[in-house]
Amino acid sequence: MSKATQNTWKLLRTAPPTAWFGLIMVSIYIVVALLAPIFAPYGETEVVDVAGLSIGDNPSFLLGTDHIGRDVLSRIIYGARNTVGLAFITTVLTFAIGAVMGLLAAVLGGWFDQILSRIVDVLMSIPPLIFALLILTIIGTSVINMILVIAILDSTRVFRLARAVGMNIVVMDYVEVARLRGEGLWWIIRHEVLPNISAPLAAEFGLRFCFVFLFVASLSFLGLGLQPPTADWGSMVREMATLITFGLPTPLFPAAAVALLTVSVNFVVDWFLHKTSGLKS
Amino acid sequence: MTMNDDDIILRMKGLRIEGRSEEKWHEIVHGVDLTLRRGEVLGLIGESGAGKSTIGLAAMGYARDGCRISGGEIWFDRVDLAKASTAEKRRLRGSRIAYVAQSAAAAFNPAHRLIDQYCEAPVLHGVLNRREAETAAKDLYGRLHLPDPETIGFRYPHQVSGGQLQRMMTAMAMSCRPDLIIFDEPTTALDVTTQIEVMAAIKDIVEQFNTAAIYVTHDLAVVAQMADRIMVMRYGNLVEEGETRSMIESPKQEYTSRLLSVRELSKAEAKRPEGETPILSVKRVDAAYGKAQVLYDVSFDVPKKRTVAVVGESGSGKSTTARVITGLLPPLSGHVEYNGEPLPADFKSRPKDHLRRMQMIYQMPDTALNPKHKIRDVIGRPLSFYLGLQGRKKEERIRELLSLIELEPDDYIDRMATELSGGQKQRICIARALAAEPEVILCDEVTSALDQLVGEGILKLLIKLQDELDLSYMFITHDLATVKAIADEVVVMQKGRVVEAGPKTEMFTPPHHSYTDLLLSSVPEMDPDWLDRLLAERGEQLRDRGI
Repeated sequence: MSKATQNTWKLLRTAPPTAWFGLIMVSIYIVVALLAPIFAPYGETEVVDVAGLSIGDNPSFLLGTDHIGRDVLSRIIYGARNTVGLAFITTVLTFAIGAVMGLLAAVLGGWFDQILSRIVDVLMSIPPLIFALLILTIIGTSVINMILVIAILDSTRVFRLARAVGMNIVVMDYVEVARLRGEGLWWIIRHEVLPNISAPLAAEFGLRFCFVFLFVASLSFLGLGLQPPTADWGSMVREMATLITFGLPTPLFPAAAVALLTVSVNFVVDWFLHKTSGLKS
Repeated sequence: MTMNDDDIILRMKGLRIEGRSEEKWHEIVHGVDLTLRRGEVLGLIGESGAGKSTIGLAAMGYARDGCRISGGEIWFDRVDLAKASTAEKRRLRGSRIAYVAQSAAAAFNPAHRLIDQYCEAPVLHGVLNRREAETAAKDLYGRLHLPDPETIGFRYPHQVSGGQLQRMMTAMAMSCRPDLIIFDEPTTALDVTTQIEVMAAIKDIVEQFNTAAIYVTHDLAVVAQMADRIMVMRYGNLVEEGETRSMIESPKQEYTSRLLSVRELSKAEAKRPEGETPILSVKRVDAAYGKAQVLYDVSFDVPKKRTVAVVGESGSGKSTTARVITGLLPPLSGHVEYNGEPLPADFKSRPKDHLRRMQMIYQMPDTALNPKHKIRDVIGRPLSFYLGLQGRKKEERIRELLSLIELEPDDYIDRMATELSGGQKQRICIARALAAEPEVILCDEVTSALDQLVGEGILKLLIKLQDELDLSYMFITHDLATVKAIADEVVVMQKGRVVEAGPKTEMFTPPHHSYTDLLLSSVPEMDPDWLDRLLAERGEQLRDRGI
C-alpha cells in the first residue's frame, strides 16, 4: 500500500505544470460539487434579488444575479453537482457498455464482431445530437432517459476504441498461450487483454467525460436535458443568453465553468497519454 | 598518419554515443577508434546491445532517435561528420555514403516502384538524369544476378522475394557509386539458402566497384565470408580487432573464442526405443488457411523422451504443423495421435488434462509474455489452473521452477516480464510450460530471436530438462546448428511436405535428398573461404547440368 502511494507521489512529482493545474482544478470542482450547500452563499433556486440585476457592485452577489434574480455563483456551485455528477455517471456507463462489447468483439471475432460492428456503424452514421433529440422527444425527457441515451450513443466510440486496441492484443502469443491452456473468455479478457489496453481506455475516459459533459450542456441548452429550476451550466447559459445583449457578462460565467473544467481535464488526459504512450519529449 | 592520408576513407577517433532512457543520458559506445581504407570491408560483430549498429550509423554522422553522438571525431574525406551541419551531411548521404538496412521489406516504400526508388538518390544529388539512372539500375540489377534485370525494377516491393528485395536495396545503395556502404545485418532476416545469394551478390559488387564497406552482423560465420578485417564489440567497447583469417584461426580474447565455438554444441543421438508407441504422431495431415493449402500429407512421429527437429525454410509449413498439433488449426484431413489415441482436432474440445500435457514455447519471448504480469503470476497461473496449487505450496513450486531454469527466485519472482532480457524471458516461458508438468513441449524457433550465446544457453537448459524430467520435444527450427545441438531425429519440410525424415546421424551423412543437401550446404562455416568454395562448386554443378 505504502509502495503504491510512493509510486503515485513519484509520478506526480514529475508531472508538468499543466498537469498540476489540471489536477488541482479538477479536485476543486469535485470538492465544490460534493460540498455545494456549504460553499454556496444562497440556495439553488432561491430568488434573492427581486429589485434588479446586480453585477459586481453589490458585494453580496459576487457574480451577480440571473434574469429572475437568483444568485449566479450559488447556481454555478450547485450546477457543478448536477452537470459534473451526471456527466460522470454517464461516462462510467458509456465505458461499461462500450468496453465490454468492444472486448467481446475483439476476442470472439467472427459473426459476433460483424453484427456488433455493423450496429455500431449504423448508430454512428446518425448525428448524435439529432439522434438524441429524436429519441428523447419520443420516450420523454427525464434524467434517467437522458443518461441512457447519451451512454448508448457515446459507447459506440468506446466500442470502436476498445475493439481496435483489443485486436492488437488478441493476436499476441500470450493470449494464444492462455487459450491453449483452456482459459475461459472472461479470464482472457480480464487478465490478458484488459491490463494492456487500460491506458488508452483511461485516456479516452477523460476525453469522453468532457464530451458527455458538453453533450449534457447542449441538450439542456436546447431544453431537453435537465429541467428548470434545477441548475446546470448548459441551461444557465440558455436562460441568461439574452442578458448578453444588455452588455452583461453573467451568461459567460457558467460557460467559463464549462470551459475551465474541459481544459483542466484535457491537461490531465494529455499528460496521462504522454506517460502511457511512452512518447519522448 | 595524417588526416589527408588518401587511402583512408573513414576514421573514427574516440567515438562516444549516448542513449536516453528514463530521462537520463547513458553512454552506450565508450570511445571507439576505427579506420577504414578504400575498398576494404570491415566486419563489426557482437551481440545485441554491443553498439555495432549504432557505430555503423555513426559512420554516416547519424544517431537514432533518442541517441546522440556525444564525443569524438568521425572523419570522412576531410569532413568531421560529428560536427558537420545537416546540409553537409545530407550532401554526403546517399551519394558518397549509403546504407543497407536489415529489413529491406520495411525500408522500401511499398507505394512506389523499385526503380523509382532507385533513381531518387542519383537524380536528387545531380549525379545522373532520370534516363541514365534507369539504365544504370538495369545494369546493376544484372550484376547482382537479379532475374529479368530489364523489367524487375518496374515491380512494387511486395512483388519480389525477400532475398531479391535485399539485393535491390544493395543496388540502390550503389546507385551513386558511393565510397562507403554500411550494411546493417543485411542477411539476418533471410533463410540460409537465400542468405547465400545475397552474400554472394554483395561480395561481388563491393569488389567490382572497390567500395569500402562496414558489415554489421551478429554472425561470425557470415562476417568471415565478407570482411577483410573484423572488430568484435561488446557493451560498446572494442574487444578485439584483426585480419579476418588470423582472428578466426587464433582469436586472442576469450569472448571471441566463445563466439567462434557457438555452433559447436552437439548432443549425442539417442535411438528410438523399439516397439514403443510414440507420444505424438502426426498422421497424413492436410491443412489450409482459408483456401490456400499449406500442408500436404504430413506424417511423422515424436517418440517418448526424444527430440524431433522439424527443419525447413520460412513458408515450408513447420509452424503450421505445430498449430495443427496444438489444435489451433483443425486439419482438412488426417489427424494427430497422442500416445496412440486420436486427439480432437480443435483444442476447444480437448480435455483440460490433455491441454496440460502438451505445452508450447514461442519464438518471440517478448510477445509470449504478458507485459502487465509479474513473473509470479505468469508461472503461478498454470499451477493453480491445472494442479490447483494455492498459497504456500504454489509459492514454493514457483521458486522451485525458477531455480530449475537457473534464475535466482528471490531476484525474479516479483519482477515484471518487461524487466527481463530476451534470454531471461525465454527461460520464464520454459518455466511456464514446465509448470503444467507436460509430457511434450513444442518449441517454435525458440532460439532464433536470441543472441547466439544466449540461445546456446537455452538449448543447454532444454537438454538438461529433458534428461531430468523425461520430456519429449518437437523442435521447429530453420537453423541446422540448432538441429545438431538438440535433435535425435530430423524431419525436413519443403513447401508443406515432408521431404526427408530419419535419425540425426543419418540425415547429416550423405546421400541426402537434394533439398536437404541444399539446406546443409548453405549453412555458413567459420572458414573465410567457405563461400567462394561453395559458389565454385555450385557453379560447376550448374554447368554440368547445363551441358
